Amino acid sequence: MNSPRIPSATTGTESGSASRFTATPFVRKKERREAAAKWIFFSMAAAMVLPLLWLVSYIVVRAMPSLSLDFLLDPPLRGMTEGGIWPALVGTIYLIVVALAISTPIGVLAAIYLNEYARENWFHRVISMAVINLAGVPSIVHALFGLGAFVYAAQFGYSVISAALTLAIMTMPVVITSTREALASVPRSFREACWNVGATRWQTIKAVVLPNSVGGILTGIILEVSRTAGETAPIMFTGAVFYKAVERGDFFPYQLNDQCMALSMHLFALSTQVPGVKPSLPFATAVILLGVVLAVNATSITLRVWLRNRKKW
Amino acid sequence: MALPSLTGKSLRPARPLWAVCGEKMLELLIRFCGVSAIIFVLAIFFFVFKEAAPVLWSKNFNLTQFLCSPEWYPTSVSNVRYGVLALIVGTACVSGLAVFLAVPFSLGAAVFISEFCGPKLKEVLKIVIELLAAIPSVVWGFIGLTVTSKIVQQMTGAPVGVNILNGGIILALMCVPIIASISEDALKAVPDTYREAALALGATRWQIVYRVLLPAAKNGLLAAVLLGVGRAVGETMAVLMATGHAVNIPHGILDSVRTLTANIAAELGEAPAQSEHYRILFLTGILLFFITFVINVTADFVVRGIRQK
Amino acid sequence: MTTTTISNIRILSGAANCLIASLLLAGCGGKGGGTARKTTIQVKGSDTMVNVAQAWAEEYKKVSPGVAIEVSGGGSGVGIAALTKGTIDIATSSRNMKPEEIETAKKNTGKEPKEFIIGYDALGIYVHKDNPLTEITAEQIAQIYMEGGKVTKWSDIGVTIPGGAGDEIVRVSRQSSSGTYEFFREHILNKKDFKLGSRDMNGSKEVVDLVASTPTAIGYSGMGYNEPGKVKMLKVASKPGQPAVEPSVANTLDKSYPIARSLQVYSLGEPTGELKKYLEWSMSDAGQKILEACGYVPLPAAARTK
Repeated sequence: MNSPRIPSATTGTESGSASRFTATPFVRKKERREAAAKWIFFSMAAAMVLPLLWLVSYIVVRAMPSLSLDFLLDPPLRGMTEGGIWPALVGTIYLIVVALAISTPIGVLAAIYLNEYARENWFHRVISMAVINLAGVPSIVHALFGLGAFVYAAQFGYSVISAALTLAIMTMPVVITSTREALASVPRSFREACWNVGATRWQTIKAVVLPNSVGGILTGIILEVSRTAGETAPIMFTGAVFYKAVERGDFFPYQLNDQCMALSMHLFALSTQVPGVKPSLPFATAVILLGVVLAVNATSITLRVWLRNRKKW
Repeated sequence: MALPSLTGKSLRPARPLWAVCGEKMLELLIRFCGVSAIIFVLAIFFFVFKEAAPVLWSKNFNLTQFLCSPEWYPTSVSNVRYGVLALIVGTACVSGLAVFLAVPFSLGAAVFISEFCGPKLKEVLKIVIELLAAIPSVVWGFIGLTVTSKIVQQMTGAPVGVNILNGGIILALMCVPIIASISEDALKAVPDTYREAALALGATRWQIVYRVLLPAAKNGLLAAVLLGVGRAVGETMAVLMATGHAVNIPHGILDSVRTLTANIAAELGEAPAQSEHYRILFLTGILLFFITFVINVTADFVVRGIRQK
Repeated sequence: MTTTTISNIRILSGAANCLIASLLLAGCGGKGGGTARKTTIQVKGSDTMVNVAQAWAEEYKKVSPGVAIEVSGGGSGVGIAALTKGTIDIATSSRNMKPEEIETAKKNTGKEPKEFIIGYDALGIYVHKDNPLTEITAEQIAQIYMEGGKVTKWSDIGVTIPGGAGDEIVRVSRQSSSGTYEFFREHILNKKDFKLGSRDMNGSKEVVDLVASTPTAIGYSGMGYNEPGKVKMLKVASKPGQPAVEPSVANTLDKSYPIARSLQVYSLGEPTGELKKYLEWSMSDAGQKILEACGYVPLPAAARTK
């Protein structure tokens, strides 16, 4: 090959001298291919983003007629064909709080064990595999488990607590994985320094590892909130109801052994079971659910970016 | 190990007994939580299996018929038949189509993000992927039921909008973020020296991607696709609402099908507890558990393959 | 920096503790019989009746604010199953309880389920609004839906779908063991099985929605789910040669419409206290008016409570 080569644009160091070469057909062909490749991949990335934007904006536009503060605060009215989503919203918050209260401590401690105590051996691999599988089990199998274990075997009945326990186990891998990442990002030298002054393992974790990874752990917990809010199948058979009479703006309508409404379940019910619903109502419910989930995620992402920028090592 | 001092006592200041004991208890708790994941997986298997088990010894039940018959008549008055073949085929069709649609786009997107775009755009796209992954499945199902099914019906002239194609599109949109983000990680894991070496040989970026990166990252990419399959097979609400829910062996992508997951979701509430029908549904749960278990373990081994090289 | 983050952890865990504690308090405080404790009535069961049960719950809150009513659907099967386990107070059902279910209930809870008929429902046969068909015989419906039935195309029963939408009949059905499904099987298919391949919808509303968007579809669902202008309810003749009857309140009450059924609720044993009041209210004029507004057929005046 006798054709001179132009340096790739990415290296950039000799771009000044590139003009000395004249592009041969071979080089031009290469350039064209390169540009084409870039556009192909770009369009594929765009094909992923654009439907999202289109769908979200479509849903929001369809939901417009129903979106208002009253929609948030009112219970469903007139046979669920009008009114708002208050009981479902509160129910979802209940489920999140209870599920989080159960899964966060266990998940964080499990991650501490995996990252700080466990040795790299077969047992460690088995646990990691279990975490991966726990995350991979279909949500409907979690529902079967929740029904068999909590509703029947533990005799919690159909209740907030059964549903929250099911959700907690289902979303635990999220906490474990993100906490492990956060813990692993603390440099080993920090721990060694601490051990060298005579601290025990737990003292090291408490004084050095956790304070330096609390932000990362927090992002994981926030992500878990979004998972918990969106799940439907696991709560359908363990504690979510079609309807419960709740006053407008009542903050404490449920108890742990009551069943509750939930946003995700409400959306399912509105779109499959209630006749004569105002057309914008299910869309508005979808917007609120989507809004809650995306807002929570955005918080988590912002926190992560902020922490990364602040990180000093 | 503290060094013994001249007096024979430890140099370490003595800690109160409660602190030492407390720490031991705490470490015990941590160890217990550490193995909790194993406990939970076993518990899931145990409880689902416990509910399903009695049917295995029932005289009405026949494993060959269960797996190979397309006739699903769980509540028939005259002749009860539990055949899940049509449901397995339904699951396979919808997830197959979804992965088929999702893989090119997600790999393309992953390549674009990791090789072609600037740092700002990269950040933005990664966030979009994350948000896309966060959309709840019931919202996807709702979109499938109310938005895309109408489009599918108009574009293809299919009699019913909720069919394999519709379910496949929705599931593909759900799989794309998973496959894309894991693929992107796999591409990122390829050492930069590979890229530099190829660049030094005068390869274009397209050639680098095609000849260097894809072969180098192929295990990671395969794992990404496998996890995408796992997600597609296990997805419940979206397929429940978007596939039309008909028990039949499909003849084309415009037929409606029912999947294993949707079948459980639709009938579990209906089946009288502890009845045979109820137990059969738990048995399909076990089947699903195994399918996803195998997929996840395989993906894990595939990824481990690269690390050992 | 370290100290501040440590205190952050403390604050966080403190907050978490408070939350848990307050939740537990809320849970236990309620149980402890505080004055603010509401009586909860759990209603579960038939999808056909979930809307009327919901409307009652909504309205009953105004009648008796101290009673909170939880309503869930899922199907007649799930309601009865939960009742036999004693986990709910009222099961709504659009089919009768089976003898073995009554046995299970007695075995599990020691009480005998008590049945109350609270209204009637006519099962409408729905087709798309552009479908020229106006009446159909029970036999034709059976041939469309039954396993081994001969009718698979609209032309088999002499109908041409306008607009060239196709000829194949799209059968829309309900998932097995919903009360509607079982009733349909018993009264139209004579207990024979359904042809596989029908679209088995989760809710009564989904059936009507799918029929509304599919010109070649036929479906069955409660009369209350009719959406005039989108779908059309067919007149049904019980035998060929007999006059086809329109599904309506009057025709259901005089039993001339062939596919009508009673709607019942079950309680465990004789209902007492608030439960009794609620059931009586639902069978009174006020309750029956709501039932009628939901599209069902109310009890005749003689059967109502005062």
